[in-house]
Formats: sequence, C-alpha cells, structure tokens
Amino acid sequence: MKIIVLMKQVANKDAILRINKAATWIEEADLTYEVNESDGYALEEALRLKEKLGGEVIVCSMGPTRVKSVIKDALARGADRAIHVVGDELAHIGPFAAATILAEAIKGEQSDLVLTGLQSDDYGFAQTGVILAELLGMPHATIVIEVDASGEQLRVKRELENGWYQWYTMPRPALLTIQSGISQIRYATLKGIMAAKKKEIREVTPASAAPNGGSHQRVTKIYFPEKTKQTQFLGNGDAKAGAVQLAEKLRSEARII
Amino acid sequence: MSNGILVFAEHRAGAFNKITFEAIAAAQQLGTSLKQPVTAVVLNKDAGLAREIAAFNFDKVISAENDKLAEYTPDAYTDAMQHVVRALDPRYVIMPHTYLVRDFAPKLAARFGRSVVSDCLRFAADDGGSVVFSRRIFLGKIDADVVTEDESPVFATFQSGAFRGEQSEKGTGAPVESMAVEIGEVRMHPEPAFQEVKQAVDLSKADVIVAIGRGIKSQEHIALAEQLAAALGGDLAASRPICDAGWLPIDRQIGSSGQTVAPKLYIALGISGAIQHLVGMKNAGTIVAVNKDPEAPIFDIADYGIVGDLFDVIPTLTEEVKKLKG
Repeated sequence: MKIIVLMKQVANKDAILRINKAATWIEEADLTYEVNESDGYALEEALRLKEKLGGEVIVCSMGPTRVKSVIKDALARGADRAIHVVGDELAHIGPFAAATILAEAIKGEQSDLVLTGLQSDDYGFAQTGVILAELLGMPHATIVIEVDASGEQLRVKRELENGWYQWYTMPRPALLTIQSGISQIRYATLKGIMAAKKKEIREVTPASAAPNGGSHQRVTKIYFPEKTKQTQFLGNGDAKAGAVQLAEKLRSEARII
Repeated sequence: MSNGILVFAEHRAGAFNKITFEAIAAAQQLGTSLKQPVTAVVLNKDAGLAREIAAFNFDKVISAENDKLAEYTPDAYTDAMQHVVRALDPRYVIMPHTYLVRDFAPKLAARFGRSVVSDCLRFAADDGGSVVFSRRIFLGKIDADVVTEDESPVFATFQSGAFRGEQSEKGTGAPVESMAVEIGEVRMHPEPAFQEVKQAVDLSKADVIVAIGRGIKSQEHIALAEQLAAALGGDLAASRPICDAGWLPIDRQIGSSGQTVAPKLYIALGISGAIQHLVGMKNAGTIVAVNKDPEAPIFDIADYGIVGDLFDVIPTLTEEVKKLKG
C-alpha cells in the first residue's frame, strides 16, 4: 500500500504570538515552528498501516526551506521518502490554491491512500484535504479516528458531534483527514535519524503560487480578540496571592464556597 | 446578475440542528445589511422538513429532493448543493460550521474553483455592498478580517455560538419549492451512527468542575487538580489533549467532541481555550482561568483570571478553599 501523508509546518503552539506593524500577520522573525498537530497523527496512522500491510509512506510538505525540518523528522520516524514543494510564499496561500499545487505534486505517485490532519493550527481553514480529494477525483472522509484498510474496501470510523460516531466504507484510492489523538505518536530513534539522512527528498517548484487565479481570501487585518467578558485579573503577577484572592471572591462575589 | 443569500439548513435524524437557527440568523442579518432576499435550502428525500422551516422569514424554501439524500454522504450532498447553487445563482451561500458541513462544503466550493471562508465569527457589510468576514486563527488566539475577491457565489460558514439562534426571525410562511436534484455515483456508504458505550461519568449535572489542559504537563500532576476538585466538592474534567494522551478517560473530556457542561463554577487550569473546548463550557455560571499566557483565549470568557504558574495556584487555592469551608 502506497500512502502519501501531507504535513504542514505551523507556529509552535506555545509560542507567544506578536502582531506585525502593518497588522497583516504575526511577526515571523523570531518564531519557532513545529509540525501541525493532527498531521503528526496522520503520519503515525500511515506508519502503522504500512507495518500491518506493507508498502511505502511518502511525506509531502509545502513551504520555504524551513519545512525541511518537518520532512526530516517524518523520515526519521519511518517515512520512506519525501516530496518538498518549495516556495517562500506557499505558507500563505488559500486552501484551493494549496490543494491545486499539491494535486500537481502528488498525482504522478498513484497512491492508494492520502492522509492529512483535519485542519491546520494556524489558518484553520479545514479544507485543503477535502478540496484535494475533489481535484484528484477520490472519495474522502474527514475527522477520521480509526482506519481499517485490510479489506478490498476501506472502512473508516468518523467522529460526529456530541459523542456520536459513524463507520463509512469507500473504495480506494481515497483521502482521509485524521483527528488528533487517534494513537500514541512514536518518537524518532537514533537509528531512524541516521537512516533519514540517506532518504530521498524530491523538490518540486510549482509553476505559479496562485494557480487558476482569481480565487483567494485576503487577510486585511489581524488583531487580538475583543473580550466578551470583563475579566477580573487577580494577583497582579503573584500567582499565590491571586489564589488567595480568588478563594475569597468565590465566597463573597460568586457565592460558590 | 447573482443575487440573494442561500442558507443551508442542516438536519440529522429528522430534526434541524440548533446551529441551523444560528446560521439562519446570520443569513437574515446579512440579507438585511445587503438588502437581499434570503432563501433556505433543505436536502432530503422529501419535503417534510422543508415545510417545517418555512415558518421562518425567507423569500422561499428550496426542498432539494432525491432518494440518495435520505442519509448524509459528501458525494450526494455536494452534487445536490451544486445543482441548487447553479439554479439559484446566489451571491452568498451561508452554512453552519459543523462536522457535516466541514465534510462536504470544501468539495462544493472546489466545484466552483474556490474555497470556503470558513469558521467565521462575524461579518461587517458597508453601503457599497462589500462584506468583511472575521475569522479566528491560531487556535483562537487571533482574529483576522478577510475579504474575498471571488465572483459569486461566496461560500461562508459561521461557527457555533457566533450568532444567537433565537435571533432568527419567524415569517408568515415562506413558499416551499420542490427541486428534484440529480446525484451521480455515491462512493461512500455510511453505517448507522452510534454512541460509544454509555458514558460512565455524566458531567452535565456537576455544580463544580475543575478542568485541566496541557499546562498540567504530566500525568503525576493530575493529583493536585483532583485535590482541588475534592476540596470544592466538584468533578475533574479535561481538554482534549489530556484525554488523547490517555491521562484521563474520554468521558472526562469537555468540548465539541466530548461533553457539554454548564456548572455553577468552572475552573480551567492550563487550558488555552481553543474553540473546540469553549463550546463545551462557555455557559458555565462562573468561569475561572489560570494560564501562563496572558493572551490565552480562555481569558476572553473568564470572570476571574490568574496569569501565572498553575503549580503555584492549585495548592494555595486548595488550602484556602478548605479554610473557608471550615
């Protein structure tokens, strides 16, 4: 089974974000990056399917040179080879443009399965995977938490809302977007890190960063959300003093104690 | 020329979702701002539910009908909506940002060579008829104003709670138009939806909930939060990453894929407050947030906040609560 895993590099979850002077995006100069959380689970699922059923796992990531760290980490964890779609501006294109470029980059691979995370932790569009499935003519399922690829047809468990679930059956090739937390993610071993150095990373440069023109969403301004509640901040930097004040407030104001 | 606003009315198991009425409110307010008529669309095997929603103030209700719409699949819903959108040629297509819409709307938009302005919180329309959508990015930490230069139709989804369902306007009875829609091959086959074995813990009745997030850092530290919960006579809960890591069972998870709660007191310890968590607890009476990051979105909805290390806060708070309770 040949599986392609699409992985995005995003700002580190714990990074303190600062807004740039023009208020058009965050300050990227001193930002640290990591792999998008749910994409990490997509890779883990692909590696487990390969262990069970054999085959090949190809990781594909798009963006400037810095995304090589995501690719190398995936190779160290066990992916067999990689495709890097190179371009400085590719971190900031919309989902339709992203899916169009990715479709071009991976369609020659004729894979049985394409896996990716359910949404990115930066723009959070939650669309690139589904659009890519449409462009590649594949059936898809989103928010998948279990994959059974042992039979002729693919059987996947989808998470619905409010604690409901549903199994879907579909033919291969197919595209699945994977929910975070469906398994425990493995660490790269030293052996894996050494082996990764010899693995192939194919670089692809798209002809245009805005294929099919005309369709885009432009961010005009970013800002910190307005507070909907007047929060009383307690302790003024002294967390222990804050805790003492809080207990008192819970008794006298909120009347809970 | 394209005109009007089309709102997608989502239903499951024979009833409209609560968030459908929020989407209706959003579409009606957009219609008022732009002076454009609002049409609702219901996908189903027959017109039963479409007649139900005609009680709201719409220009008309489209009942898109086909036997393949008896149960949801992305293939059938995309074909049906494509048919309706082509026939009506609306300027905007408004949908609720649900798991179901997330599953088919990007596919629908792709058929029109574009993507969806997804997960919006608000819009602002000016006199010239241009619309700015605001969406939350970076897991709720930052808002972005977005304009789209797409030709019609513009597809947009609004997140749960962005509009109030009770603000949707009733009307005098909108006409229902049945539209037989063509649907091609449906490649995915759903089995009946189910719930996992009965949840052992029902947090929906709890008066006090102490919830932990990634800030708790390791499983051994959970005992600290447990002691606080015990002192308050409350229950322990968690955000998704804690249950994903297996530190607490899934029936302790609060949020869109876990339980929805409304206790008198909700104490969020080391939870940043992604929307998926907030939807599960924002109706709590009093919300307390403890987090190291002063910009954490959890503070947006907190009544009391402490910016600092939760390992400083929890033991002191537990002692103080014990003292006050005598």
